[in-house]
This record gives sequence, C-alpha cells and structure tokens, in this order.
Amino acid sequence: MTSIIAAIAYLVLAPLVGGLISGIDRKITARMQGRVGPPILQPFYDVAKLFEKEDVTVTPSQNTFILSYLVFMALTGALFFAGEDLLLVIFAFTLAHVFIVLGAYAAFSPYSYIGAERELISLMAYEPMIILTAVGFYLVTGSFYVGDIAASQAPAILYLPGVFVGFLTILTIKLRKSPFDISTSHHAHQELVKGLTTEFSGATLGKIEIAHWYETVVLLGIVYLFFGFNPLLALVAIAVTYVLEIFIDNTFSRMKWQTTLKSGWGAAAILGFLNLVVLYYFYLGV
Amino acid sequence: MNELIFLIVFPTIIAFILLLLSNNRMRHAIVACSALVISAASIYLLATSYARGAVYYTVPFEPTSLVMFAIEMGIALLLLWLGIRFKQYIAIILVLIQSALMLFYEFTMGMGMEPVRNLFFDQFSIIMAMIIGIIGSLIAVYAVSYMQTYHDHHPEVRDRRRFFFFVTFIFLAAMFGLVFSNNLVWVFFFWEITTLASFLLIGYAESEEATKNAFLALKMNLLGGIAFAAAIIYLASADPAGGLLELDALIASGQAVALVPAVLISFAGLTKAAQMPFSGWLVGAMVAPTPVSALLHSSTMVKAGVYIIVRFAPVLAGSLAGASIGFVGAVTFLVASGIAISQSNAKKVLAYSTIANLGLIVACAGVGTYKLIWAAIFLIIFHAIAKSLLFLCVGTVEHRTGSRDIEDMDGLIVRMPRLAVMMFVGIAGMFLAPFGMLISKWAAIEGFIDAPFGLLFITILAFGSAMTVFFWAKWMGKIIAVTPYGENVEGTVSREKWAVLSILTALTVLAALFFPLISSGLVEPYLLGVFGETARLAQDNVIIMVLMISLLLILPLSFPFYAKEEKRMPAYMGGRPVTADLRFAGSAGIERTMTTRNYYFTEYFGEGKLLRYANPICILLILLAGAIAAGAVL
Repeated sequence: MTSIIAAIAYLVLAPLVGGLISGIDRKITARMQGRVGPPILQPFYDVAKLFEKEDVTVTPSQNTFILSYLVFMALTGALFFAGEDLLLVIFAFTLAHVFIVLGAYAAFSPYSYIGAERELISLMAYEPMIILTAVGFYLVTGSFYVGDIAASQAPAILYLPGVFVGFLTILTIKLRKSPFDISTSHHAHQELVKGLTTEFSGATLGKIEIAHWYETVVLLGIVYLFFGFNPLLALVAIAVTYVLEIFIDNTFSRMKWQTTLKSGWGAAAILGFLNLVVLYYFYLGV
Repeated sequence: MNELIFLIVFPTIIAFILLLLSNNRMRHAIVACSALVISAASIYLLATSYARGAVYYTVPFEPTSLVMFAIEMGIALLLLWLGIRFKQYIAIILVLIQSALMLFYEFTMGMGMEPVRNLFFDQFSIIMAMIIGIIGSLIAVYAVSYMQTYHDHHPEVRDRRRFFFFVTFIFLAAMFGLVFSNNLVWVFFFWEITTLASFLLIGYAESEEATKNAFLALKMNLLGGIAFAAAIIYLASADPAGGLLELDALIASGQAVALVPAVLISFAGLTKAAQMPFSGWLVGAMVAPTPVSALLHSSTMVKAGVYIIVRFAPVLAGSLAGASIGFVGAVTFLVASGIAISQSNAKKVLAYSTIANLGLIVACAGVGTYKLIWAAIFLIIFHAIAKSLLFLCVGTVEHRTGSRDIEDMDGLIVRMPRLAVMMFVGIAGMFLAPFGMLISKWAAIEGFIDAPFGLLFITILAFGSAMTVFFWAKWMGKIIAVTPYGENVEGTVSREKWAVLSILTALTVLAALFFPLISSGLVEPYLLGVFGETARLAQDNVIIMVLMISLLLILPLSFPFYAKEEKRMPAYMGGRPVTADLRFAGSAGIERTMTTRNYYFTEYFGEGKLLRYANPICILLILLAGAIAAGAVL
C-alpha cells in the first residue's frame, strides 16, 4: 500500500520538484556566469507557455513517440519510488529513452536525425555503468529491490565509492550537461541547431520538458540510495552532487562523442568494475 | 511414442514427395498442409505430454542403427565426391577422419551394444519440438512463395526447388530426431544430417561464393562432428555395454565420468552454434536464399548447437572447463554485438546478432546454474520467434525494394507500412523491455550474480547489451523515419507471406505476454527435474511487464488523434528553400538532396578489427577447456 502511495506521490510531485531543480539550476548557472538569471519558477512559466502554443509537427507519429516517452519516463519513476526491482527500473528507463530517440528519427530532419544518433551514443555510453550500479547495490544489500536498498542500514557509499564516482560520470551524460551534451543543447544556435529536439514544438516540447523533470528526480533518487542509511546526509549529498553537475556543466565545453563513449565506458570498466571486484572478493568473501 | 516417430518420419515422407513433385501449385498445397500437420502434431505433443515429465521409450537399437550407419557412410561418400569435384581438400581430410572414427566405432564397439531407452521427451524437448514444428514449418510455407520470386529475380540460378524443399523437410525431420533421441549415437546421426542439410542449402545458388561458403560451413561443422565422434568412442570404451550412450544416464553419471564427453560434445555445439572462432560460417551462410537463413538462425542448426550444450549444463556446472566454455560464449556475445554496430547489410546485422545471442546462451549453459538455464531456455524461445520474423521481413523488403541494406530502408514506414510495423515489433522483441529477449537478459544478470566468475560475466553482459541497444535502435530509426516522398509498394506481397509474417509478429507479442505460463508449465518443471531447484520471475515483476505491454498496445491509439489535429510543417533545413523531395541549392548553386546516414564506427567496431582479438581469445579458452578435460583423463 505504501508503495502505491509513494508511486502516486512521485507522479504528482516529481514534476514540481524537477521543475524547481531546473529553476535553481538556471539561477546558479547564471550566477556562475555573472548574470542575474531568471526567476526560480521560470521553467514552469516556459512549459505553461509551450502548452498554450499551436501544435505544429513534421509528422504526427512524432507526437505518439513523445507521449510514450513521457508515459514510460513517469512509469520508470513510479516503479522506482514504489520500491520495485532496480533492474526493471533501468530497463523501463531505456525503453523511455528509445522512444524520444525514435520521435526524433521519425521527423526525418537532418538536425534531429544527428541528434537521435548522438543520443543513442549517450545511451550506449551510460548503460553499462548504470547496470553495474544496480549490481553494486545488490552486493551490498543483497537485494535488487529499491525498497530494500533504501531501507538497508549498510553504508553503501563506503562500499561503493568507485561505483559512485562512475555513476556521477554517467549522471553528467544522462543530464546532457557539458562536456557530454552531444545530442541537444539549451541554446538553438550551434552546429546541432537543437539536435534531438529540433523538430518538436508546443505541447510536445512541453512534454519533453516534463519528462526530463521526472527523469532528474529518478536519477537523484539513485544518488539517494548510496546514502540511504542516513536520509539527512542523503539530501545533502544530492544537493552537493547537483551543484557539482552544474559546476562541471559551466567549466567544460562540449566535446566529441568519442569522449562521451570513452568516459561512460571507462567509468564502468575501471571505476565500477574494479570497485565491484574488490567488494566481491575481499569484503563479501565469496 | 508414436507422436515422436510421427514427427520424425512424416517430414521425411513429405520431403521425398516434394523431391518427386515438379508442379508448383501442388507444392504450395502440400507444403501448406504438411506445415499445418507438423504444427498440429507438435501442439498435440505439448497438450498431451507437458505434464508427464521426462518419458523414455524402449526402441530396439538395431537394425535402426545399422541403417543410420549405412546412411552416414553414404553421406561421407557424397561429401568426398563433392570435395574432390570442388577441390576442397581440407573438407576431404575431415570427412575421412570422421568416417574412420565411425568405422572404428561401428566395427570394434558398436556390435556388442544394446542401449535400450533410445527415444525420449521431456519439457525441454517439447519446447524445442514446438520451435521446430511451428516456426520451422511457417518458414517452409513462406519459402514456397519466396522461392518463386527468387527465381524470377535470379534467372542465373538453376531452378532446383524440388531439391530445396526436399532438404528443408529433411532438415526439420533431423531436428525432431535430434531433440527426441536419448541415444548419443542417434543424436550424432541427426547432428550430421543437419550439417549436411545446411551445407546443401547454403550452396543452393551454385555460385562460386555460395559453394565456398557452403564448404566453410561444412568444414567447421565437420570439426565439431569429429569431436562428437570422439566423445562416442570415449563413452563406448568406458562402458562397452553402451549404457553411457544414453543421454540421461550419462548426464546423471556425474563429472568424473561425463566431463570429457561433455566438453567434446560442447565443442561440437560451439561449432554448430557459430561461436567464435567458428562464427564465419554463419555469416557466410547469408548467401543462401533468405528462408534458409531464417531456418538456420531460428529453429534449426544453431539451435541444435545450443540445445546440446544446455543439455550438458548439469555436467559442466561448477567445473573450470564449463566456465571456459561459458567465457567463449561471453566473449562471442560481446564482440559479435560490437561488430553488429559496424554492419549496414541487414542480413549481416541479423547474423551477428544471432551469434551474439547464441553466445549468451552458451555463457549461461557453460556456467550452468538452474537460474541461468532458465534464462538460456527463454533466450532460445524468444530468439527463435523474433529472429525468424526479422529474416522473413528483410527477405520481403529485399524482393520489393531490391536492397537488403539498412541505409536503403529510409522511410520504409511510408513505402511498406505494414511490413515496417512488423519489422519494428521484431526488433523491439530483440532488445526492449518488456519483450522476450530482455526478460531473458534480466534473468541472466540475476543468475550470474551468484555464480562463479559472475561479476566478469555481468560486466561483459552490461557492455554487450549497451551495444545491442545501439545497433537495433538505429535500425529502428531508419525504418520509422517518415520521408516526405516514396510510394506504397506493398501490394504485390503474397497472401502466404503476409499470413506467416502476421503469425510471427503475433507470436512475438504473445510470447512476451504468456511467458509466465511457459515458465510454470514447461521450464520450471524441467529445471526441478534436472536440478531439484527452479527459478522464476517474481509475481509483481510479471504484473509490471504485463502492464508495460498493455501500455505499448494502447499508446499507438493516440496516433489517429494526432494525425487529425496537427498543423504540418516541413523539417527545418537551415532556412533554405527545399523541394518536396528534399532537394536544395547547395553552395555554388549545385543542387543537393538531403540524405541521412547512420553511424557505423567501422574504425572502432569493424569486423576484421574485433575478430583479430576475439578469435585468438576464444581459441585459447577452448584449448583451456580441452586441457582440463584431457587432464581429467590422464
């Protein structure tokens, strides 16, 4: 029962939290760049305005793909907060991502096509590390269930420091922050135009924004799991993590896709794998 | 017992009828009817026998074995003749070695042997029989219509359709024989028939390339055959009464006795399942007409290879030899998934994806815990359905558009909408939640986690899956891109083809919906029988999967709603004036057309580049397994 309430709470509150985080993100980014920045609530105004706009598309199937993207992103988070199997959450997450990529392909536009291809590279880059993260939680807590992992008193972060740093790397890829913002960007005046999202507008673009808010909350939820033994510490960790992401975003410029792939896979193969090997053979005594 | 014999004998009879029959309409009718009969018989077997567990039948060993021996020698002579004709000397040597082994066995050991329980079935055999009976015969039905178009398009190929369908049905009969035989000598006989059948089908076009690739397949599989024959001789000398030649007795006899033959037969399985370094033959096999590829990849041939390794999993489990065989599979999975990224030929992508998935099955079977065998059996089932669908889709596209290159599949959704949707479902079935292959991969992760070397296997699996997502999703993107040009060319696809494709599409979805039933009805009882323990997916996860499938079925309903309301605009082309078919004035006034191309990364994932590392690694692993087995003998 509590798990259903948690899932519903996520579905209702996550867009608010995610939007707020996005607003804070923009504010801090602006301050780092010596600007005043928009009000914290600006993302909500933006999305509200998007929903007011006339719906214009290249091809209608795009909208079906984006609706599926939003639905499955929300489902992913609902499963996560309901305490379900973390691997299933990851698979649903991948499914949601494939939908936005397909939406971009459907338009048959040069810019969204290249964005879609590059988004797939990011997907390929972060996938191994996210699976190893789940495996790490299993080794520490003995369960793949998010509910059990969150309730565990084992200090996961102490067992999984390498996995945590690896996860931060792919978090940057996942949030499409520089230097890994290879598939799309916030500003539509670069070589990609807007890449992945070039051909979306109006309510459909609004749905992509909301899905991104849902996504941010799930990803920060995974950060929470590393510190689940102490909820207060966990919240601090989430805040520090996110500020760090913003800092990275503003320090680096976009790099080639090779960097994304090498970083994601390197994180998994070196940080993730070695951490798990040490854990597996030395601590758990298998 | 009669249904088992029927499933072996009936396709054989049909094969001979088809060999004699040159009338095309009659062929259509006979293939369709016998496909129906074979599917019905395998479903009958399922319905009447699934609850009976493992059942063994006493069938006299002689004179059947003598007939089989005579046929084997006949085949050897045929292969020798073909080898001399095409100057394939290595093949000749391999045939001679294998025949010498079998002659030695037959005259020094075979005479005194009386294995009794020669035929059997259990839940795993039933699953295999369903795959062979339903998917195999569907492919045969499709092939009738396909081969007609094939010969229209390829006037240079001699029309040997009688021979083609003869071999196809012999192939099916041999597969049934293989999964129902409890006597290893018989398994070996059917094993060799499948080798011969695939050799003949790959060489169907009689071009230089086809002949070369057919002989490549032959040579690699003969190598496996020699190992198989060696295993038989080993067992016959270990127990002159022939009791160990019974599969169930052998597997129950424990590692001390069974490890050596298990490694030898698993080696044969590796060659047949096209694991590295033997992957070349399956890639080369794509020169054959597409239904042959569909057959080889989904319901026959390669599945025989993994079938036998999964059978021997209880022996391999926990041994270092088993782990090395498992690593051959894991490396193959990883590297083949990578190579698939670099291929734009659709049949080649499918071939490497098959090799990869077989690798995963071998990895599961080599490690051999009950959880991993659960995953392996489901990989066999789901892969058979989705892969046959995809091959037949590619074959249809090739006949309509003249290309099997993924780069030419732009806007397939516009040109062949129904077919594109089916292909889309097939691809989704290969890698996306909540479809079959993903369920199995998930089970594999959960299985490897408490198995020896589990962490290494999981890491390989994680990287391999990531690459899998990449190459499938970019193909999906190609076919669903809605081009503003292109007209519908679907009209001329025959009714038979549509029927087969629709059934396979439906099966892809239904298998994902009803896999809990397959699990509780067949796979779990099998595992309980063999391991005394069983795996299953947790109840709430099953519910979530069903929920996800329902969502996937509902969401497309939003499409008509969007199609009605939206205002349409052309795609953004940098603000240049563009014609309807996406031509624009480039620099210096030259007219250009907007085209899109996928990433292939040949410089990182090229075939030669990756095989250069993977083949030696796999050879070393196989040698390691062999050395451990040899150490056990000495």
